Amino acid sequence: MDKNSFFNRMLDSDVFFSFKKSPTAIISSLILFIILFSSIFAEIVSPYNPFDPKSLSLMDAFIPPSWSEGGETRFLLGTDGQGRDMLSTIIYGSRISLIVGFAAILFSAVFGVILGLTAGYFGGKYEMAVMRFADVQLTVPSILMALLVDGIARGLIPKNLHGEMAIYVLIFAIGISEWPQFARVSRGATLVEKNKDYVSASKIIGVGNLIIMFKHILPNILRPILVIGTIGLALAIIAESTLSFLGVGVPPTTPSLGTLIRIGDDFLFSGEWWITFFPAIFLVLLAFSINLLGDWMRDTLNPKLN
Amino acid sequence: MSFLKINNLSIDYPMRRETVYAAKNVSFEVKRGEILGLVGESGSGKSTIGNSIINLIDEPGKVSGGSIILDNIDIYEKPENILKLRGKKIGLIFQDPQTSLNPILTIGEQLIETILTHIKVSKNEAKEKAINLLKEVGIKDAEKRFNNYPHQFSGGMRQRVVISLALCCEPELLIADEPTTALDVSIQSQILDLIKKLTKSRNLAVILITHDMGVIAETTDRVAVMNNGELVEIGNTKELLTNPKKSYTRSLVSSVPPTNIKINRFKIIEKENSNKNTNIKILSRWKKRELKKDNLVKVSNLSKTFDDSFFSEKNSEKVMAVNNVSFEIKEGESFGLVGESGSGKSTIAKMIVNLFKPTDGDIFFDNTCITKIKDKNEMMKFRRQIQMIFQDPYSSLNGRFKVKEIISEPIKLHNPSIKNEDLSSYIYDLLESVELSKQSAERYPHEFSGGQRQRISIARALATQPRLLVCDEPTSALDVSIQAQILNLLKDLQEQLNLTILFISHDLPVVRQMCDRIAVLKNGSICEISETEKLFNQPNHDYTKELIKLMPKIESIYK
Amino acid sequence: MSPFKERAQILKKDPKLINYFFKRLFQSILVMLVVAFVSFSLFTFVGDPVNNMVGEETTSEEREQIREDLGLNDPIYVQFTTFVGNASKGNFGISYQLRRPVSELIAERLPATIELVIVSAFIALLFGTLLGVYTGINRKGFISDSILAVSLLGVSLPTFVIGILFIYLFSVILGVLPSFGRGEVVKLGYWTTGFLTISGLKAIILPSVTLSLFQMTYIIRLVRAEMMEILQTDYIKFAKARGIKQRSIYYNHALKNGLIPVITIAGINIGTLIAFSIITETVFQWPGMGFLFIQAVKFVDIPIMSAYLVFIAFVFVMINFIVDILYYFIDPRIRNKEEASSG
Repeated sequence: MDKNSFFNRMLDSDVFFSFKKSPTAIISSLILFIILFSSIFAEIVSPYNPFDPKSLSLMDAFIPPSWSEGGETRFLLGTDGQGRDMLSTIIYGSRISLIVGFAAILFSAVFGVILGLTAGYFGGKYEMAVMRFADVQLTVPSILMALLVDGIARGLIPKNLHGEMAIYVLIFAIGISEWPQFARVSRGATLVEKNKDYVSASKIIGVGNLIIMFKHILPNILRPILVIGTIGLALAIIAESTLSFLGVGVPPTTPSLGTLIRIGDDFLFSGEWWITFFPAIFLVLLAFSINLLGDWMRDTLNPKLN
Repeated sequence: MSFLKINNLSIDYPMRRETVYAAKNVSFEVKRGEILGLVGESGSGKSTIGNSIINLIDEPGKVSGGSIILDNIDIYEKPENILKLRGKKIGLIFQDPQTSLNPILTIGEQLIETILTHIKVSKNEAKEKAINLLKEVGIKDAEKRFNNYPHQFSGGMRQRVVISLALCCEPELLIADEPTTALDVSIQSQILDLIKKLTKSRNLAVILITHDMGVIAETTDRVAVMNNGELVEIGNTKELLTNPKKSYTRSLVSSVPPTNIKINRFKIIEKENSNKNTNIKILSRWKKRELKKDNLVKVSNLSKTFDDSFFSEKNSEKVMAVNNVSFEIKEGESFGLVGESGSGKSTIAKMIVNLFKPTDGDIFFDNTCITKIKDKNEMMKFRRQIQMIFQDPYSSLNGRFKVKEIISEPIKLHNPSIKNEDLSSYIYDLLESVELSKQSAERYPHEFSGGQRQRISIARALATQPRLLVCDEPTSALDVSIQAQILNLLKDLQEQLNLTILFISHDLPVVRQMCDRIAVLKNGSICEISETEKLFNQPNHDYTKELIKLMPKIESIYK
Repeated sequence: MSPFKERAQILKKDPKLINYFFKRLFQSILVMLVVAFVSFSLFTFVGDPVNNMVGEETTSEEREQIREDLGLNDPIYVQFTTFVGNASKGNFGISYQLRRPVSELIAERLPATIELVIVSAFIALLFGTLLGVYTGINRKGFISDSILAVSLLGVSLPTFVIGILFIYLFSVILGVLPSFGRGEVVKLGYWTTGFLTISGLKAIILPSVTLSLFQMTYIIRLVRAEMMEILQTDYIKFAKARGIKQRSIYYNHALKNGLIPVITIAGINIGTLIAFSIITETVFQWPGMGFLFIQAVKFVDIPIMSAYLVFIAFVFVMINFIVDILYYFIDPRIRNKEEASSG
């Protein structure tokens, strides 16, 4: 049994130790796992398929949650104005939210890290240019950035393709708005690593720059990137839901949690509070557990704050 | 009458896996008017004891037993006790003057604030007192510099400011925790003289914490030796150093590189690694070269200027780090580059290994000009012949790589077609030749101590069978006993493999032991090049004479 | 004279400050020009301005004439110069959708957004800093932990969810505060203010608190991290060793150092608030610029979009500029860098 295999090292590490000790980390991971699982396997987990028009009936519309007066057990969280089961729409909706969120932050991370890593390593005018871009963009709040990109794309893409392209545009818009954070952090961490002797040693040996950057430096700067990535994921999910709420996000045919909240907002004053309430709770739960995890990560992976 | 009494002090640090006993039952006393040295290697507990006297132990440490009595007040009896004493009766100074001062307040403001905290005087009186203090610690233009910010002082001046801050309320006990370790040798002696002067003029009780035996010999009246939390031995400095009673003390004293003679090998008492092969295994793969006694390296008119332009600012600050330096290194010899910080010695080394390109001048290796080579493949031929080991054992190995990956990198790069079994056996041979076990190959750097990491670095450097090994302060970050082992190892390797060594250091006694010829550098230029014994016994240049005079000598105690 | 005033006096006559001032000014103008170019590109390359403006019956000759009149056939740099000239006078053309001059629309909506942002900024900064300092100093303890838990929740609650929640609680259930609009406003010259009427004040409460929450939680966590990091430094330890009282350490030493990055944060903060006001205005139907902008994005109303872009950029650049100048006064190390490079 290799004492130093990856698995054993992970189990023995300080990080895992504080994970075991921290109830918030465990609970938030559990919640995340459940949400992820149900959204990936939505077809199996969800009691109904809310997008199958044959299964819907307007007779089932506006049924309150099962524990309140007038509720039915077959619709656990009630139904919306079209007779769709709330629980199912939420599960499918969270899938969209998660897909957009993950894809956007992945795009952001790859783009930002490559730029930041190379900027920090090579320095000079290239670094200056990249960092100036990042700084200027950082002063623009990401929501605005995303809105702008979305608006421009909308203008450039012919109207008939809007629906199909909407998700890609959204992923691009949100992704583009978050890359400066990754670039900043990667560049800062790269600057620190670049001056360490192991980099000099490899240079003296004759190892090429590309290999030094990606094989030597990158693994050492992953920690802060991971923290930013987790928090960024929460932000991306919130951004997507905000854009969908405002009406410029995903098309109504594939509603995300944000879209659901917007739809439900109309019914708030007429008393059908559950149509907006449950998607909102779910969204907050999702974002909150990601943030809890990210927070715990930041505290554990930061050697200084002890 | 002892001013400070420490009785059976024990300090514990409860950690995740175990409890670390930083101090175990330590007892000693300090009188006013004397300097007590507290010496030990890293982890000995000396700093922890210093912190405990002023009740500023870092978390999670705490005092688990014993007492500290200062002028008849028991510090740990009530938590408020220490509040009356800090600054008023006890002054503390740290190692790094750079981080000890608040960067956004002037030193005047910091002085006045401290004075007004303890003494009831008017602001103007406080200002007058502060200015007098600055004069007392040797700051010129005290009235003007009163309004300066910390970053406007150089390192040595800053430490003087720190001392003035510690003393401004007339404390009776001064604790100095490695006060000169971060300073150059010439500044170091000034600060130590200042401390000695203040001890006498103010009748202070002083505890001087350090790892440097030379400093102990020249500055302290009594000395206490710590090892692993225990007080090993305590006594009058001269007696203890000339006639150490305990074996640990003896080994500590003998590990210190002598400053007055050249010895062949350092005496080792406690060894890190038990297996020692006198046959260095890699010899079988390594054709022992014939030494041609030619110049292997020739440096001629080498210069390097750094352009410190700051983004869009127009005026750039040019720093001439190396100025028209020339010297030669014969094959098989050990050549030393000695100088204080900023002398350019590291820069020269980095140019020889091609990390920096010189602004001017040439470097010749084996009669080929390597500074003019543009072709990458040609450069690779020379890269395998010149290798380097570095000062910081913690940053010179990539913590994410296993030892075997670290060592195999150069091998695979220069021999891409090597078979796996050959690679493994070569790695094991290399490890054994630096006295590390085969099992080390599967481990990660953080599982090794500082000295062991340096051995791994050496193994990596030897992997390509270099002819020239550049050693940039390879033992400056190590404890004195480990230093002795590593230096011995380097000497052994040099003999067996006919290596040429370029040894860079600021530590004169070490350089005396390791090198055949030495070049002395100041501000980027060479002051003097000469054979070692001649340099130390009959130095030519004034600067060399200064350095030799100022270096802390443990032998001074024998006079 | 307080030490701050003393220092301010010395610096006013400082030639290096003037140097720094102009350098930053120059950089700001550069950034504005870049933004103007992006904005201009929107006009030129996205969609066809003529087709968007005229009706279907217009013949192609008439369209060509309009094109000529508008100068759309001139070379790009001429068009750009005209654009910049117009923009600096505040002329951004006519909204495609609402068919009114953009500058008029913006002038109408501006006061609403500005008032909202100012109140929110004030709330966020005040409470954020206070709570951040408190939790930074008292690292452990029930109150600290609860504040942190709530702040984490705050970061996870999207602004619109908070808005909806508030509306539900205070308007639908309790019925004490209005759920949309600005209430009665008073016209003061060019400005319309909601501060002078009771209904105006009532109307601004929910939107401003909603808007401030996200930022407040962010500030709390940032200030806290700053404080904690500072309290670990050597100079704090040294100050303790000199016997400086704990209170003085917190407020004189730690806080002053800690406030330096908070000033940058405050600057960025106002910018973010303006952006997030888009959401709040939508939820509360607050008649500000953000609401206008969202409509513009939905209908691809380029003139409004590009005007908004330039306007926002201007505000951000101004804020950055002011922050940079303030920094000069507060952090002596910046002054030194300037000295070193110009000396």
